[in-house]
Amino acid sequence: MRTHSESALAFSPRRVGAMMLRYWYLLRSSWPRLIELIYWPTVQMITWGFIQYYVMQNGGLLARAGGTLIAAVLLWDILFRGQLGFSVSFLEEMWSRNIGNLMMSPLRPFEFVTALMVMSIVRLAIGVIPVTLLALIFFGFNLYGLGFGLVAFFVNLLLTSWAVGIFVSGLVLRNGLGAENLAWSIMFLFMPLTCVYYPVTTLPVWLQPAAWALPSTYVFEGMRELLIEHTFRADLMLEALAINAVFMTVGVAGFLTLLKAARRHGSLMQTGE
Amino acid sequence: MPAAPAIEVERLVKIYKKVPAVDGISFAIAPGSITGLLGGNGAGKTTTIAMIMGLITPTSGSVKVLGADMLQQRYRVLHRMNFESPYVEMPMRLTIRQNLTVFGMLYGVSDLAGRIEELGEALDLTDLLDRPTGKLSAGQKTRVSLAKSLLNSPELLLLDEPTASLDPDTADWVRAHLDRYRRDRHATVLLASHNMAEVERLCERVIIMKQGRIEDDDTPARLLARYGRRTLEEVFLDVARRPDEVREAAQ
Repeated sequence: MRTHSESALAFSPRRVGAMMLRYWYLLRSSWPRLIELIYWPTVQMITWGFIQYYVMQNGGLLARAGGTLIAAVLLWDILFRGQLGFSVSFLEEMWSRNIGNLMMSPLRPFEFVTALMVMSIVRLAIGVIPVTLLALIFFGFNLYGLGFGLVAFFVNLLLTSWAVGIFVSGLVLRNGLGAENLAWSIMFLFMPLTCVYYPVTTLPVWLQPAAWALPSTYVFEGMRELLIEHTFRADLMLEALAINAVFMTVGVAGFLTLLKAARRHGSLMQTGE
Repeated sequence: MPAAPAIEVERLVKIYKKVPAVDGISFAIAPGSITGLLGGNGAGKTTTIAMIMGLITPTSGSVKVLGADMLQQRYRVLHRMNFESPYVEMPMRLTIRQNLTVFGMLYGVSDLAGRIEELGEALDLTDLLDRPTGKLSAGQKTRVSLAKSLLNSPELLLLDEPTASLDPDTADWVRAHLDRYRRDRHATVLLASHNMAEVERLCERVIIMKQGRIEDDDTPARLLARYGRRTLEEVFLDVARRPDEVREAAQ
């Protein structure tokens, strides 16, 4: 049974703007929400900054690559906070029992997802930009010195974070707030496999194909190449982009399928646990 | 030629894990009318309204709203309808004005600031417009939900228990407002309620549901005459307590 017509694909910037305004009102109304955005990235960056400092003092490979660990933690934050920024904005609708109002309004799923994507960038900017400046002040590490590499890393990490965020939002729509923990923890499943702090060759050979199936792995490998060998690997970024296209397709298709299932099971009327 | 129905429901079925919540109901609602959907807990009222809104996909059957098939063409008509339900709330941290601004933009309301002021006055919310929604009393929140449901001046208004949790005075005031809105705008209203007095006062037609089926469907006056009762509450109790075999024989 078909559940949407061509007009379901219509796109209105006004409706996207309405949703962004809703999240902006929310952020503005709560200073603990703003502090929370900055708190963990700062703590993590400072911890790993000191570890980096210690490693450099004791020589070794990483001593040649000033800032590898700090860069890794900052890029990891883009991946993790990007997904969290998307998912938390979505969860706000579930927590406030507003999802029924939205699903009954003329807002299309693609417009909703677009607003969540933009808000993930806004939340990321609020959380990560001050931390990159602190990294420069405390540890002399300039993330922006990565130049075009940083743009390529940022775009790829953001696409991965959105794909995961979209899919997790679908799971929460279908299963209610019982699935909320996935939103907070799913990225940590990626962490050991995507090789944030060590090269892919560190993993057992049988596990390496799984690592290369994740777009973010190419970004962290690319970051190490740039900092250690001073080479920008465009091929790695293009491969990441191709895998991200697959991730986004699966994420969006999964979200639409789970939304359809939520309508079938009546989950949109019962958004509790 | 009679006008096309505002709502047309045909052989509508919703089954959850083999249990029918709505069991093959059919009805049509005339434009500009106000109809009550009566029934006890679990009668299938909320599921029926949710299927009309497109929030729940039917297992089988069809729902047409303002001429559009809600399974395939819902986005053609969503801006012309609105609803109020105890199953959804407005975001608590946003002020009433902020919430109405967001929903007004979603529905494409023109002169939004003016419309918010107008609704504020009509629903006695003017002094509260800049207060967070979460800090309002139950009665004030109901009025805010009502303001949201009237924001786009809908041609079709679906209301699920609109006066639940309101004191008698506020409930009466809300009913008067709904009646006035319906008459002024020639809007169609479908109202699900447990409150027999409310249905008796507002509705031109009553559909009584029990266990997912339509048990009776008529004007309040004809129902009272047919059951030989003085109030709809007595009619409702007769329907609720009569065994299934009596209902089948009557049908």
